[in-house]
Amino acid sequence: MPLALIILLPLCGFLINGLIGRRLPRPVPGIIGCIAVFLAFIVAVTRFLDLAARPEDARSITETAYTWMAVGDFNVQVSLLLDQLSSVMILIITGIGFLIHLYSAGYMAHDHNDPDGVLYARYFSFLNLFIAFMSLLVLADNYLLMFVGWEGVGLCSYFLIGYWFQFDEAAEAAKKAFIVNRIGDFGFLLGIMLIFLTAGALDYETVFSLARDNPTAFDAGVAGALGGIVAITLLLTLGATGKSAQVPLFVWLPDAMAGPTPVSALIHAATMVTAGVYMAARSSALFDLADTTRLIVCGIGALTALAAAITALAHTDIKKVLAYSTVSQLGFMFMAIGSGAYVAAIFHVFTHAFFKACLFLGAGSVIHALHGEQDMRKMGGLATKMKTTNITFLLSGLALAGAAPFAGFFSKDEIIAQTYAASASNSLYYLFAAVALLTAFITAIYTGRQYSMVFLGERRDQQPGITSHESPEAQPEHAAQEIVPQEAVLQTDNAHNAHDVHESPAVMTLPLWVLAAGAVFAGFLGVPHIPGVPAQLHAFADWLDPLFPHAADAAESHVNWALLLMGLVIGWAGWLLGRSLGMNANRAMLPASASRLSLNEVYNQTVVKVGFAITAVLRWIDEKIIDGIVNLVGGFVNQAGAGLRLTQTSFISDYALAMAVGAAIVIFLLAGRFWPL
Amino acid sequence: MPTTAYLAVSAALFAIGVLGVLTRRNAIVIFMCIEMMLNAANLAFVATARHLAETQDPAKAMSGQVFVFFVMTVAAAEVAVGLAIIITLFRNRNTVDVNEVNLLKF
Repeated sequence: MPLALIILLPLCGFLINGLIGRRLPRPVPGIIGCIAVFLAFIVAVTRFLDLAARPEDARSITETAYTWMAVGDFNVQVSLLLDQLSSVMILIITGIGFLIHLYSAGYMAHDHNDPDGVLYARYFSFLNLFIAFMSLLVLADNYLLMFVGWEGVGLCSYFLIGYWFQFDEAAEAAKKAFIVNRIGDFGFLLGIMLIFLTAGALDYETVFSLARDNPTAFDAGVAGALGGIVAITLLLTLGATGKSAQVPLFVWLPDAMAGPTPVSALIHAATMVTAGVYMAARSSALFDLADTTRLIVCGIGALTALAAAITALAHTDIKKVLAYSTVSQLGFMFMAIGSGAYVAAIFHVFTHAFFKACLFLGAGSVIHALHGEQDMRKMGGLATKMKTTNITFLLSGLALAGAAPFAGFFSKDEIIAQTYAASASNSLYYLFAAVALLTAFITAIYTGRQYSMVFLGERRDQQPGITSHESPEAQPEHAAQEIVPQEAVLQTDNAHNAHDVHESPAVMTLPLWVLAAGAVFAGFLGVPHIPGVPAQLHAFADWLDPLFPHAADAAESHVNWALLLMGLVIGWAGWLLGRSLGMNANRAMLPASASRLSLNEVYNQTVVKVGFAITAVLRWIDEKIIDGIVNLVGGFVNQAGAGLRLTQTSFISDYALAMAVGAAIVIFLLAGRFWPL
Repeated sequence: MPTTAYLAVSAALFAIGVLGVLTRRNAIVIFMCIEMMLNAANLAFVATARHLAETQDPAKAMSGQVFVFFVMTVAAAEVAVGLAIIITLFRNRNTVDVNEVNLLKF
């Protein structure tokens, strides 16, 4: 089966749902969407098994569809590359994508804003389009095609954040996500241009073999003048910080929670936001050459991870906690990239996709059951009411907390160990490893706190004094969020009262179970290389290692037992501490100011103000100068016409005279020219 | 008679036609003047055709004469269309004075 099917099947689903979906009755677009992605998943699994059956050095398949453009030496093919890295990514995208499609079919079934099912079909068409573009992003075999997918997923993210566009918050969050991403994409595009100027091609094979065989080539020419390989990788990193929500461009991701919860799970947790990590891992041959860039990437990751984790500690909105947690976990992945541990980064992408998707879907299930309530201070005691959601949330929460032996423990511990190991080259990595340990501890605290606030203790929704308008955290940002009833519109048809909490339907709980199973067991694919442990238990690293020659060396190094033990203690201790903190939910964890990183305000004061000033100048230029020139031309034509109008006298003899005189002049000129015949 | 005499008559006819078109206001008369200009051209054609046949090559007499037939054909078509326009004009405006037909002006 051709690889292109993985992209074309969801694209067909998009076309069907987009063109005729609104005429179909309510469940049909959902079924079409699920089937399209499921078939893509089947193709992906088939191709993966096919790839795994090959010998290790032949695990790279390129399938060329056609030549996209050929201009002189510039030649770009539309061709897809299946290797160890893209096969793992494509399994995550289509597999978890299918589960979230399935969940969405139940979650979006009762939307009071959408009685005719028009939005319902639109939802699934965009979700399918997202899967198609994301598959294109990871399967592309050159940077330009990857960029097409890169922009495409950004577009779908924009559509789906703004799904409930009738609410200003959703529309503005969508715009913000798109515009902030534009900055990163600009950097990515510049990086691609520099790569082309240096390597003369954009396909991975040419670029990476040049990087391996002739690294000095990147210090020549235009790229060399601008900083060589460091400039290229820094521009790529800028692109990655936009898409993967890192400092300084992370501000869009928390706002993106204005979209439907399954969208947050799929796009803003499991897949799209990891595109930056994938891109950096794919470009490992370039990043390996640039020590400075990797140091910066690691610093960005550490800063983002710590800041976002602290912020998550201060939030009481169930989705915002998860959003900041995602930013923080992406920071971990960046630390892994910065340490040169690409396998560890992709492994964390893999485990994170399971447990974070499960957490988001669990949160969606809770919100669904509570008729749109997102404030954790009004929750509590749901464990007995929602058994499936409780268990799956607990398991994936433990995975996020890094509690052994759940998935997050192994992947996060691997990152910490690799960051620590990188300190051999630069002692700053000691600092980063310490930050990573601290962040892991905070992660465990806020996850435990969130779990106990939502599921343990007593229901608090009737208690006085915790209405959001009186709470210390109901500052402008929060207040603005309260106005928006995005999830509130998802109330079920029956007029349940708030006490009648019910478990979600099977179509929603089944994905929860599968994802929770992943959260429990996915980690066992990446157990450290401890002597005596069967090879199957570190199959993930063995699978990816051939792609990353440097990473293979690191993986063979001895296991850092001290770090492993610290990770184990930190995970469980943080979880238990957070759990007990969550019991006193009314007490604010941190001052309200910590609930939002002040970067938003900084941007408002600097970038936005400067932007408005520039706009004012440009507006003046446009109105006075450009419009002035246009009006001048128009005015001249007008005046000339008014003057020439006077020649239309209505006397035919005048016209005839003009004609005769003209003819006489022509004849005179011609006669003069040809005179001696 | 020398060829120049024919050409002089042709030029005189043409000039009279032009003056008539420019000075007269009756559409029918203007029309007749245009016919006169066409026939002045015809006269010039046949005169030069004969001149060329006598002085150079007899075969060259043909082209000028053939052109006269073309001009006559065009003139016939022009008369058919022009008279139709004038009749329609008269029916609508009850006049054939071209200075009275002045709707299309500034």
